[in-house]
Amino acid sequence: MICLEHIHKVYPTRAGDRVVLKDISFSFGKGEKLGILGRNGAGKSTLVRLVSGAERPTSGQITRSMSVSWPLAFGGAFQNALTGLDNIRFISRIYRQEADRNIDFVHEFTELGPYLREPVRSYSQGMRARLAFAVSMIIEFDCYLIDEISAVGDAKFHEKCEAELFGKRYDRAMLIISHDLEYVRKHCQRYAVLHEGDLIFYPDFDQAHDAHLRNLHIGQT
Amino acid sequence: MILTQLSALGRSAEVQWRVIHALLMREILTRYGRHNIGFLWLFVEPMLFTTGVTTLWTLTKSVHGSNLPIVAFALSGYSAVLLWRNMPSRCIGAIEPNLSLMYHRNVRVIDIFVARLILEGGGATISFVTLSLFFIYIGWLDPPADVLTVAKGWLMIAWFGASLAIFLGALSERTELIEKIWHPASYLAFPLSGAAFMVSALPPAAQHYILYVPMVNGVEIVREGYFGNKVNAIYDLPYMIGCCVALTLLALAQVAIANREITPE
Repeated sequence: MICLEHIHKVYPTRAGDRVVLKDISFSFGKGEKLGILGRNGAGKSTLVRLVSGAERPTSGQITRSMSVSWPLAFGGAFQNALTGLDNIRFISRIYRQEADRNIDFVHEFTELGPYLREPVRSYSQGMRARLAFAVSMIIEFDCYLIDEISAVGDAKFHEKCEAELFGKRYDRAMLIISHDLEYVRKHCQRYAVLHEGDLIFYPDFDQAHDAHLRNLHIGQT
Repeated sequence: MILTQLSALGRSAEVQWRVIHALLMREILTRYGRHNIGFLWLFVEPMLFTTGVTTLWTLTKSVHGSNLPIVAFALSGYSAVLLWRNMPSRCIGAIEPNLSLMYHRNVRVIDIFVARLILEGGGATISFVTLSLFFIYIGWLDPPADVLTVAKGWLMIAWFGASLAIFLGALSERTELIEKIWHPASYLAFPLSGAAFMVSALPPAAQHYILYVPMVNGVEIVREGYFGNKVNAIYDLPYMIGCCVALTLLALAQVAIANREITPE
């Protein structure tokens, strides 16, 4: 179970404090799949970082009684000056995993071959996404936080991700952010829209979808 | 109840050590890489520094107000400078290159600092010990009169350097001024730090004031340990401990603020 109670998040900007999240409370339990829609800059990634514990809310309480992954996104989680292999070793050490076995898995999954010995900063977006995804699959969590990871990469990579995440780990909880509405519809059972600091839950995808489009000012006549 | 608390504490300590170990390896790799002598630079670099300064001071027969052997004087003085100066230098701006690693919940601001402090403190210590042993071996230096006193002084300087480093490191996340000011400040503090003089060689009026500089007390203790009763070491240990405690508390307060404000990349 992950429980958010009265979460506020404020970022200081040059133009004064900007409220990104306003009094957000919700919880989700084992095996639940929650999709969050919202415009660019609505605060979706911030919400995911707060849930992961990488960042702290300005006020409010988050309790986690299941293991939660770090936000699986293209950036982040890696040190760019280190090689892919060294990043795998770093993460293995932090989560007390055997590096050698992980390296074999990542090798096979990413097909990055010799590039794994190059610094991550020299990778393309797609290569980075492949590495990020593979590395996050070496550690088993009860809940995965997925921040647009599927937006890059080729069809083969997508297929592999589907198999790993929604095939082998169908029983885990997931919090999914994506601009790919079809992806969210397919994989989630609960839907919410984040708009101007408010997170509103909708009973089905169509209502969430309509609200999201309204926020985007599309489809208005 | 106490037992469960203890085991929870034990688990936290285990996690923290794991994270610090991982960060240590990461720092060593990005700083020294796998080229030429790699990790050995950790202490070869301070050794080169100290050897260079020792040579210069020997050649110019530096006036230091005592009849101590110049090699021992330069070694103890300059090694101490490296110890208190390098730790803050490496901790200022240490968070930024590690921001992306803070995606992992267990990686916290303090871990990044501790990893760098272990590296810098370790490097300066290995350099000091190795050079001491080398100079003793070739006969330029007599073995220390009291190794424990040397260690006491060294630890005091390390404590001062470490708390200053964490304080400035955490503060530098909020203002760029720290980085700009640290360079001139540390440079100007060098002649005042006791590296190049004994307090007893100063005029009595100045002695009183110079002891307000915390590092001076530590360097005097190191020299007392090294030279025994050949020198008249003047220091105020309780004052230095007070400074370190105060600085440590300030440092931890700044870390708490940084923890709250940090936004992973």
